[in-house]
Amino acid sequence: MSEYVKYLPLAKPKIGVAGKTGSWRTERPVYDPSKCIKCDLCWLYCPEGTIDVGVSENEYVRIDYDYCKGCGICANVCPVKAIRMVPER
Amino acid sequence: MVVAIKTLPKERYFLPGSAACQGCPEAMGLRYVGMALGKKAIIVVPAGCTSVIQGLAPGCAVNLPVLNVPFASADAVASGLAAAKEIVGEDAVVIVWAGDGATADIGFGPLSGAAERNDNIIHICVDNEAYMNTGIQRSSLTPYGAWTTTTWTGKKEAKKELPLIMIAHKVPYVATASIGYPTDFIQKLRKAASIKGFKYIHLHAPCPTGWRFDPSKTVEIARLAVETGMWILFEAEKGKVRISPFSKPYADKSKRKPIEQYLRLQGRFRGITKEDIKMLERMVDEAWEVLLRLT
Amino acid sequence: MVVKSLTGNYAVAWAVKLAKVKVIAAYPITPQTTIVERLSEFVERGLLDAKMIRVDSEFSALAATWGAAAGGVRAFTATSSHGLLYMHEVVWWVAGSRIPLVMAIVTRTIGPPWNIWTDHSDIMDQRDTGWIIMMAEHNQEVLDSVIQLYRITEDPRVYLPGMIGLDAFILSHTTEPVDIPSQELVDSYLPPRRQPYIMTIKEPLIMGNIPSDLKWNMKMRWDVHVSLIRAKEVIEEADREWYKLTGRSYGGLIECYKCDDAKLYIIGMGAWVGDMRDAVDRLRDEGYDIGLIKVRFIRPFPDDRIASVVRNAKLCIVFDRSVSAGSAGPLFLDVTAHMHRYGINVPVVNVLAGLTGLDITSSEISYVVKKIYDSFEKGELRNNIVWYFGGDELWW
Repeated sequence: MSEYVKYLPLAKPKIGVAGKTGSWRTERPVYDPSKCIKCDLCWLYCPEGTIDVGVSENEYVRIDYDYCKGCGICANVCPVKAIRMVPER
Repeated sequence: MVVAIKTLPKERYFLPGSAACQGCPEAMGLRYVGMALGKKAIIVVPAGCTSVIQGLAPGCAVNLPVLNVPFASADAVASGLAAAKEIVGEDAVVIVWAGDGATADIGFGPLSGAAERNDNIIHICVDNEAYMNTGIQRSSLTPYGAWTTTTWTGKKEAKKELPLIMIAHKVPYVATASIGYPTDFIQKLRKAASIKGFKYIHLHAPCPTGWRFDPSKTVEIARLAVETGMWILFEAEKGKVRISPFSKPYADKSKRKPIEQYLRLQGRFRGITKEDIKMLERMVDEAWEVLLRLT
Repeated sequence: MVVKSLTGNYAVAWAVKLAKVKVIAAYPITPQTTIVERLSEFVERGLLDAKMIRVDSEFSALAATWGAAAGGVRAFTATSSHGLLYMHEVVWWVAGSRIPLVMAIVTRTIGPPWNIWTDHSDIMDQRDTGWIIMMAEHNQEVLDSVIQLYRITEDPRVYLPGMIGLDAFILSHTTEPVDIPSQELVDSYLPPRRQPYIMTIKEPLIMGNIPSDLKWNMKMRWDVHVSLIRAKEVIEEADREWYKLTGRSYGGLIECYKCDDAKLYIIGMGAWVGDMRDAVDRLRDEGYDIGLIKVRFIRPFPDDRIASVVRNAKLCIVFDRSVSAGSAGPLFLDVTAHMHRYGINVPVVNVLAGLTGLDITSSEISYVVKKIYDSFEKGELRNNIVWYFGGDELWW
């Protein structure tokens, strides 16, 4: 940078740059660990990357509801319907 | 080199909470670029959806160096940037992440120039088949028959065949990909990154907002495009085409699903007639014919 | 130190070579072409260690040059006229991005009709963009100024791109003896390249996405403006340091010729300033108390420097080689606006001459200056904007 030039059109990576996008949801994904076959497809296809896999023995998938937009792709691609979409309210 | 899902890195190069629409294929595509190349990538982004998906400065949803550039200039900027990186000895993969307009229309000249010069960049066309960022206006990559805000009774012209045009430029590597098949895309990205010279990857990106379908169906529709034969996954090196494994079965016309299965899920094809469907089927047959001749 | 007979274009090429530029991306357009041809030759004969990108258009030329500069290396391009207009979108983007680079403009008029000869329309059209903008009077100044521009643009007090105008054919294709400084001299004058940020895989930096705060965005525009103002002292410092090494000075932002006791001033930019010098000498012999202000830099505009010279003048005549159609010549507009800011109430007349390459000789310059001054003295000045087509053809 420069001690003279103070205003530059620069940015840094930021989680939640558009805010807590979980507030966009009208439906939310609900995960049933008993059906899960640990294929990682939900993690692979989530557009936002809100899904973590390999979290724990009992709960392989974890969804970050602060940012999940409720698009439903995870439920759509899950081969065993371990994720289903339910109305947010 | 087959890519196994379990081996893909879990680092986030695209961060949650972006400004992308629900079910956005560009967001998916950016995650795959990150998985394929990680910290080696510098991304040049001309005007398009991703300009907005990044969100508002001083924050950004992309966790990689990004240079936002004027609409038509991406390939030229990338050429200069790649030259600089080589001069300073930095092992960077310079990527252009461009939509319809920046690839096929306003950016077409500079794209062709960079390809002809064989500049060391990867041009990814993230093809959502219209000018989505400005509100779903038609582009040269909009398919025949599709509704857009500037083609209310369906587009009358055929989709411009960018991959074939790039093959005719005789660049080292041309490929098509789809966000419905991430491992195939990632494999092609890594392949491209290992080659010196101009590489082109055309990424099919079904857009829920512009194509009028439920955001949960982005992947389903991307797969149907391939399963109906309407989108062909292939690679071309030295003018020789290799149909990719996910598309191979559909070289056989009888294995292709009827294209209505693909079309009827999308509101943009609601006004399509029986003649239009026949026209589209002919186009699919022709596209396969031409491509198979190059194999 | 070596003296060679060089055209203005070759002087540019030599300066770029001495500045050790690393990337050159340019598209040919008459009369800039020989700059790029000479640079291609330097590169291919191993005399200049640089990468040439033979781009597909001027738009791509500036885009690629900027891409390289953003990637951390010294870069250069050149164009004229329609080429400059074609890259205009990128001209703005480069300035706003604050990435320094240097561009030579062989100033050429704009069509229709097609015309390869000089005027200043193309470069004047860039005034608002945030670039440092200057013009040269002769080929030695061309060579010296290209080198100086790398020092000025890469100074942390500035961090803005710079363009230098040299008149089509009059300088670009005319041979003059030019002193070429040694590589050692230039190396001691130009520090290693600095820039406010670099696009690198070492850090995830993003440039240019939409700002959340418009006040912040407006402050970026302010920053460009204020950096240009700050550049004034950087420019004068660069001139002083060059004088120490070469014995050549150009006065910084402006040069005053025979201004000490002048009451009548002529003001101009570019190659024809040389003819204005001859006209001033001739008119001095005829008894006129006339001086010349050569404006080297129009951006940043040397408002205070000019104000201090013309404060007690009787009359100023500004020569413009282009017009802001419907208003007046651009140099005239800047001079009078800033004189007004300084409370200077000296009458100023605008002479629009030499447009579209129409040649104007130094005797014609003397003729029109006398015509204007004599009418002014008699209180018979018809207008303060006059179009001069040479000979005795003045259109008020």
